[in-house]
Amino acid sequence: MPAQNNYPEIILSVDQINLSFGGVKALEDINFDIRKKEIFAIIGPNGAGKTSMLNVINGFYHPQHGEIRFKGLHRKQMRPHEAAVQGIARTFQNVALFKGMTTLNNIMSGRNLKMKSNIFWQALYYGPARKEEMENREVVEYIIDFLEIQSIRRTPVGKLPYGLQKRVELGRALAMEPDLLLLDEPMAGMNIEEKQDMCRFILDINEQFGTTIVLIEHDMSVVMDLSERMIVLDYGRKIAEGNPDEIRSNQKVIDAYLGVAHSN
Amino acid sequence: MFYREAGQFKTTYIADQELFPVKQDRWGLLIIIGFSFVVIPVVANDYWLQAILIPFLIFSLAALGLNLLTGYAGQLSLGTGGFMAVGAYSCYKLITIFPNTNVIVLILLSGFVAAGFGLIFGIPSLRIKGFYLAVATLAAQFFFEWLFARVGWFYNYNDSGAIEVPVRKVFDIAVTGPIATTEARYIVVLSIVTTLALIATNIVRGRIGRAWMAIRDMDIAAELIGIRPLYTKLIAFGISSYYAGVAGALYVFTYLGAAEVEVFDINISFEILFMVIIGGLGSISGAFFGSAFIVLIPILITNLPLILGIPINAATVEHFNFMIVGALIVLFLIFEPHGLAKIWSIMREKLRVWPFPY
Repeated sequence: MPAQNNYPEIILSVDQINLSFGGVKALEDINFDIRKKEIFAIIGPNGAGKTSMLNVINGFYHPQHGEIRFKGLHRKQMRPHEAAVQGIARTFQNVALFKGMTTLNNIMSGRNLKMKSNIFWQALYYGPARKEEMENREVVEYIIDFLEIQSIRRTPVGKLPYGLQKRVELGRALAMEPDLLLLDEPMAGMNIEEKQDMCRFILDINEQFGTTIVLIEHDMSVVMDLSERMIVLDYGRKIAEGNPDEIRSNQKVIDAYLGVAHSN
Repeated sequence: MFYREAGQFKTTYIADQELFPVKQDRWGLLIIIGFSFVVIPVVANDYWLQAILIPFLIFSLAALGLNLLTGYAGQLSLGTGGFMAVGAYSCYKLITIFPNTNVIVLILLSGFVAAGFGLIFGIPSLRIKGFYLAVATLAAQFFFEWLFARVGWFYNYNDSGAIEVPVRKVFDIAVTGPIATTEARYIVVLSIVTTLALIATNIVRGRIGRAWMAIRDMDIAAELIGIRPLYTKLIAFGISSYYAGVAGALYVFTYLGAAEVEVFDINISFEILFMVIIGGLGSISGAFFGSAFIVLIPILITNLPLILGIPINAATVEHFNFMIVGALIVLFLIFEPHGLAKIWSIMREKLRVWPFPY
């Protein structure tokens, strides 16, 4: 169990978000706050709108109503790369790596925003371009060590097994040095050892880098152990919010997961 | 046995990020470059230089440009011929306007004109992808063919409608025009191609190259890590067109000597695309392999019956030429879709452990 949160400062607040695709309401009146340096989970049955929520936060979807406030900045709409500039990184449910590139290059590409040298120095690969390349390589090597993927540094990621790909994807997100890290089912399809490794990495990232983490996960034991607070979505609505103990005993949550007998 | 990395340890990131981290590669390349600069001009005869090496190098450059765009950034283009024409015609205009400027400088400058037009024709790439983008780039091809054939200003209103290359000297040696020796032209082409190839290698291993490959492999995730898609794609179009433009200028100024716009028709766009595919998408050396393949195989097929003393008439050989090259392309796509560069890298992997593979 992570230590009780001592940082009540709010980093991201989600205010009255409504998102619909045609007639389908994906998200309805969602409100919640995420505090700085906490591990926050979004759970719910399939199709509840968890991934849609993440897509709204990092700018893939533009909600019809509502507002997101990140680090004090109000916004209604933004492009994904603007979210990246502000310090939001994420991983995907289905690994979204650059398959033709090596592990090293994948993680290096996460440093894209930190690199500024212009095209003329890059054409020569000298001066500022080379210096910058080396500095960022050092950061990337630190991440590679951190995630224990030294041996696959030069392997094209398309050839890696699924569990390692997930780890490389986490590395790429970390390379951005984000303030907020969105993890969409980081443990889907993993065996128990891989899950334990991933849990360890998530806790270490939170502790060592002080990164705020938002997590979607189906494995309840993982969620209950990792996260400090969570919200539960069902059919696009928020049905509960609280710490793991409160959620476990919440009747609505139990109904949503186990189903409830309808009276008609 | 000789191609081993054992014992070559890297202790700094600078050493590890070198262009050719393996010592043998480094020496091999230096030897090839030295050989091309020093030995070939002395040994090779005019036929070799004029009919084989100069076109091979020029097409390599064009294929390299297209490979940056299609192989690295993943944007399919059929406008290469058009951009080569822009390079050739703007070089011609530049040489008319600034008759006393060094012609090599003008050739390199004319690439920037092509790059500018490349940027304009790259704008649709934000909205359309794949084959649809290829069709959109066809617009560039047809537009420039029409422009340079119809607007007299571009060929100085001369009666033939062709551009003719005037004699220009660099260090008192004629490098363009009818009196330039093949050796001089070869050296000019080789210097420019080597320099630009080196620059391309540097670009693809840095930030821009990674951004291109990221856009190619997964554009959504690329945007998410802060890569701006339009900006990145436009840089790819610009740089690729620069290479095409310089190749086009070289094609007319150092190879053909005089040209009408027909030499830059759609066929050349396709030919260069084939070079890229056969050589290997996303590989600098692939451009050279592909160009060698497309330029050399027809020459080989034409000359083989003569060498072997088989009596066969020229027209039949020409037909065979098409059939064999076509069949080879199909076979390549079936057996090694990643092209000659992939075969080369597989060979190198094998060579590393040869003769004890375990």
